Amino acid sequence: MEAAITAEHVCVDFPLYHGNARSLKRMVLGTVTGRVAADTKRRVVVQALRDISFQLRSGDRLGLIGGNGAGKTTLLRTLAGIYETQTGRILVQGSLNALLDPNLGMNVELTGRENIMLRGLYNGLKRSAIRRLEEDVATFAELGEFLDLPVRVYSSGMVVRLGFALATAIRPQVLLMDEWFLAGDANFMERAKVRLEDMVRGADILVLSTHVAEVVLSWCTRVIWLDQGRVRQDGPAEQVLEAYLGHPVSRPVS
Amino acid sequence: MARGNRTVGLQRPGGSAIAAPFMTVALRHGAGRASTLDLTPDPSFAARQRMEIRDLADAARLWRLCWTLAWLDIRLRYRGSVLGPFWLTLSTAAMVGSMGVVYAFLFHMDSREYLPFLALSLVLWGYLNALVTDGCLTYTTVEAMIRSMRMPYSLYGARVVMRNLLVLAHNVVVIVAVFVTLRVWPGVTALLVLPGLVLWLADSLAVCVLLGALCARFRDIPPIVGSIMQMAFFISGVIWKPSQLGAREWLLDFNPFFSLLEVVRAPLLGEVPSAFVWVSAAVYSVVLCATSWLLFARVRNRIAFWV
Repeated sequence: MEAAITAEHVCVDFPLYHGNARSLKRMVLGTVTGRVAADTKRRVVVQALRDISFQLRSGDRLGLIGGNGAGKTTLLRTLAGIYETQTGRILVQGSLNALLDPNLGMNVELTGRENIMLRGLYNGLKRSAIRRLEEDVATFAELGEFLDLPVRVYSSGMVVRLGFALATAIRPQVLLMDEWFLAGDANFMERAKVRLEDMVRGADILVLSTHVAEVVLSWCTRVIWLDQGRVRQDGPAEQVLEAYLGHPVSRPVS
Repeated sequence: MARGNRTVGLQRPGGSAIAAPFMTVALRHGAGRASTLDLTPDPSFAARQRMEIRDLADAARLWRLCWTLAWLDIRLRYRGSVLGPFWLTLSTAAMVGSMGVVYAFLFHMDSREYLPFLALSLVLWGYLNALVTDGCLTYTTVEAMIRSMRMPYSLYGARVVMRNLLVLAHNVVVIVAVFVTLRVWPGVTALLVLPGLVLWLADSLAVCVLLGALCARFRDIPPIVGSIMQMAFFISGVIWKPSQLGAREWLLDFNPFFSLLEVVRAPLLGEVPSAFVWVSAAVYSVVLCATSWLLFARVRNRIAFWV
């Protein structure tokens, strides 16, 4: 099936139930004294995404840029189906993998091998596929005998390698990626880059959220500049980046 | 381990040339995986039901994950201990033994009659209590997972149920031991337990899904639930026999905890539960499941914002 993403007028509001607003007491008292409606209306909401629309077809590489709190991660989570929109529509065709949290679902009390198995199960893999996953991850992460020890005793480098190997082992048609993957030691990054680039090339659609201009230029063909949850600018990578950074940029020679 | 050495030279760090072989084993999602995600907000009743059914079906397809998570939960809780989950068995046995002696005396009962009742009651109540307490945390404890991957929400509920069923399975040993030691045998009447167990399974999932969502939204609910369960323990005929109430036995008739306990407990003691107990247990279950179903359909898409 051809991969595609359609986002139409997507809005996401975050209700904030901080302090008293969350408590049952307040709601019960509100009901008794007839203040529920007022309370509901005065509920504090953060408007995380406002009227976002775009379409991506197979082969598109979209970069999301914008300052902290612009809604990049929220948009990725919305595309991944984690947050469901109140208004607007999200349609994602093709298998999807979202690399949002480097230690996604990793349990430090479990061994590396158990974590690999769990990830396979989370992705609905069959037994034989999980065995291949285990081999692939173990080889890439170079854990050796640590594979059968709890992740708790790993060095931080080993945890990063395991997390990265797991995240990149299952290759989707639609790849959503947060900027975390740029962390890691230089030696490992060299190999990580090759693996990641291979995964990115293998994906039909890439949506990448990042601050780093070079990454956007080398990987993305299109950029959406998010500002306070709205699309500030949407267009070819260089054009939007220049507007965002305020100075000319040039695509690195590959 | 030895696995990494199968492809020679891969252990050498650095250099992009060695990276290529890794790619050949990287996996693709199976073709069978549902790969269209259409999220059009549709607040209509029918659409919400469809999303709920899809959630349940997706969770059912992931039963192996659910089982593994539940099993690892138990293993982690007892990591490094010699007896592992059998500590639960031992503590239940100690509880049944000590309470059995004291209460048989207090209630002027033959311990041969009282002990099987107490063992069964305590083990079954232990499951109910742990399930309800645990069920409150169904979603709040997996907040990180919910925020990083789209997963059917009922999966988390099923995990809590399965985890507690595993604990129950360890405690059943105590019941068997007491029955064997005292040579008590419920006979074929015990088969009447089956419909009760079906009710329990449905109710267990309903409780986790219901309380999990309520407790994610209102953080005051877990302590409230805790005190209700403690009160219920004393008023629901767990450690005392319903017959001890004498003329006041009707006090139990409107206690949902008692009805649900009795449909499972009575057959295992070789007694046939009264029709009233059957009907009330079924009615309470239907009410619970329906409430849970409707609430889950209503709030499913809000849970990610609440945890």
